Amino acid sequence: MDRRGFLKLAALAPLAISASGAEASQKKSGRDLAAVEFVGMLIDTTLCIGCQACEVACAEENGLPYPDVSELKPGERKATPTLYTPVSLFETSKGRVYAKKACMHCNQPACVSACLCNALEKTIYGPVVWHDDRCMGCRYCMIACPFDVPKFEFDKTNPKIAKCTFCPERLKKGRPPACAEACPQGAVAFGSRRQLLDEAQRRIAASPSRYEHVVYGDHDAGGTGVMFLSAAPVSELGYRIDLGNRPFPEYTKEFLYAVPIVDIVLPVLLFGFNRALARDKDGGER
Amino acid sequence: MSAPAATSGRRPGQSLVGYVLGELKPKGKILTPFNVISAPIILAGIAFIVVRFAKGLGAVTNLSQEFPGGAYVVTIAVYVFGVRKFHPIARATVLSGFLAYAFYTGALVLDVGRPWNIVNPIIGNKFGANSVLFLVAWHFMLYLIAEFVEFSPAVAEWLGLKKARKLAGALTLGAVILGFTLSFLHQSGLGALFLLAKGKIHPLWYSEFIPIQFLVSSVFAGMSMVIIEGSISRRAFKHRIDASHAASHEEILFGIAKIAVGAMFAYLGMQGIILIHGGHAADLSTGWGAWWLLEVVGFVAVPMLVFAVGIRRRSVPALLTASVLTGIGILLNRLNVSVIAFKWYEPHHYVPAIGEYVVTAAVICAEIWVFRWIVLRMPVMGRDASEVRG
Repeated sequence: MDRRGFLKLAALAPLAISASGAEASQKKSGRDLAAVEFVGMLIDTTLCIGCQACEVACAEENGLPYPDVSELKPGERKATPTLYTPVSLFETSKGRVYAKKACMHCNQPACVSACLCNALEKTIYGPVVWHDDRCMGCRYCMIACPFDVPKFEFDKTNPKIAKCTFCPERLKKGRPPACAEACPQGAVAFGSRRQLLDEAQRRIAASPSRYEHVVYGDHDAGGTGVMFLSAAPVSELGYRIDLGNRPFPEYTKEFLYAVPIVDIVLPVLLFGFNRALARDKDGGER
Repeated sequence: MSAPAATSGRRPGQSLVGYVLGELKPKGKILTPFNVISAPIILAGIAFIVVRFAKGLGAVTNLSQEFPGGAYVVTIAVYVFGVRKFHPIARATVLSGFLAYAFYTGALVLDVGRPWNIVNPIIGNKFGANSVLFLVAWHFMLYLIAEFVEFSPAVAEWLGLKKARKLAGALTLGAVILGFTLSFLHQSGLGALFLLAKGKIHPLWYSEFIPIQFLVSSVFAGMSMVIIEGSISRRAFKHRIDASHAASHEEILFGIAKIAVGAMFAYLGMQGIILIHGGHAADLSTGWGAWWLLEVVGFVAVPMLVFAVGIRRRSVPALLTASVLTGIGILLNRLNVSVIAFKWYEPHHYVPAIGEYVVTAAVICAEIWVFRWIVLRMPVMGRDASEVRG
């Protein structure tokens, strides 16, 4: 599929997610839900030229200050509360590689399972969004996120958790996220996650010498909505390849399942002990 | 039995409001060394807190360490298993536990970036029930209530409210059992919080057993706190302690120390198994390994031996030394998990700002002030009057 084919794909994918927005789709029946696919992005770092058009588009879409677009120096630039998707230049074993990073929009996000007030939400169409009116600013999501994505406005009196939103307003109108639309190289492809995975495999098969033969995000941390293709190992692009394929929420599952059991069994046991050990008919201390 | 020093309790017929207002006044000397040191700390802490609310979170807190309280072990021993030996210290441990948690909650409000939303997980439809932190928050809050119920007989006696005292007494066993359960889960929950930080915590401090490690270590940490707090209280509030308590004081300390030794032994065994089972024994030869050994050997194994020797030779100073070492060890462990070995791979490390130390110290000083205020007024030290009045 060439670039035009991808633009077509980008136009089609949102049709699957909603005609009437996320709110309505939350109430869909189970059968309708089965037809909903996660959207995602495929970032082909072999196409990226480091122009930072995505950064500028992101800033405009999200009302952020105009990014620093002076010439990139080697080394990773980190996201900040006012820069959701920094482009960095990496010196790798395969030469210079530019890569844009942002929220990975995990299939089963650690941040969502960490949040105690549902301020972070995995929407049924894929993007992970943050709700201003719910968040208490505990920052546990920042500890949980294996990609260190959420940022916190430490210097504000009304601080927010800031991260890539996947442009939900644009998705509702059937448009791709701002960064994907702005990329002049087609390095940021938008579509359903399934189609993007197929496309990534197709590209690797078509030019096996061009790519590392892995799609980063395919299974990492249980699979992510944003996936990467690269000429060099992604570990040289500052990505962790030791995260494993288990979705992060599963690490707390056993504990969470144990809690109600302990809450019920332990008091009953203790009360039983107390009765058994009671030395007088009154049951000991009162 | 002689009533603990005369002033406690409202006399029948005395006006309730007038009595409470009278009790609000400070008792005893004002210019004590402790007051001279703690007052400026509290004032400085307040200043930092004002800045925090005016200018954003930036500088103020990292109160992520918990205050391990021993109350839940002591009360379960006394009220469920009938270990009457510990009875004289039950109220004091409940009070210090309750205050530690109450002040810790206050400190958390300062640490949270958007405290006006802090009730969201408690009310409304913002239940993040799939979050460990959600469970910790709920268990923490309910535990605070259970601790208050456990302490309420002392309040009722102080105010001379006979019916309320009877009701509070009837609720004690239930509160103790619930309190133990809640404590069991929130101590392990504090460890479970870090399960999601897989890959971010140095493997020597991360394992899937971290909830159990936190639970077991909270037991001996709590016992050490009971020994330290009990020894200080015995000197500071000499006139508030009745004769029977004073006589059994050492006996109690040795009993508490035995629980600590048991928990530490179990903990060390667990640490060994987790280390070998996790395949991280090779890490011991690194700098991080040395740091880990310092924590586990220097501040768990060594104090355990000091405890054991102290019990054998009936030496209270040995118990105190061991308790202080254990306290340092537990602080070190919690700091290692949450700060020092957290993102150990990054070049720049998080260093707490001066404001964080000052606010932490201020919170602790304020807590001691309140503890002293209550101990000087309510029947806390010594065998509680329930045994006399029924």
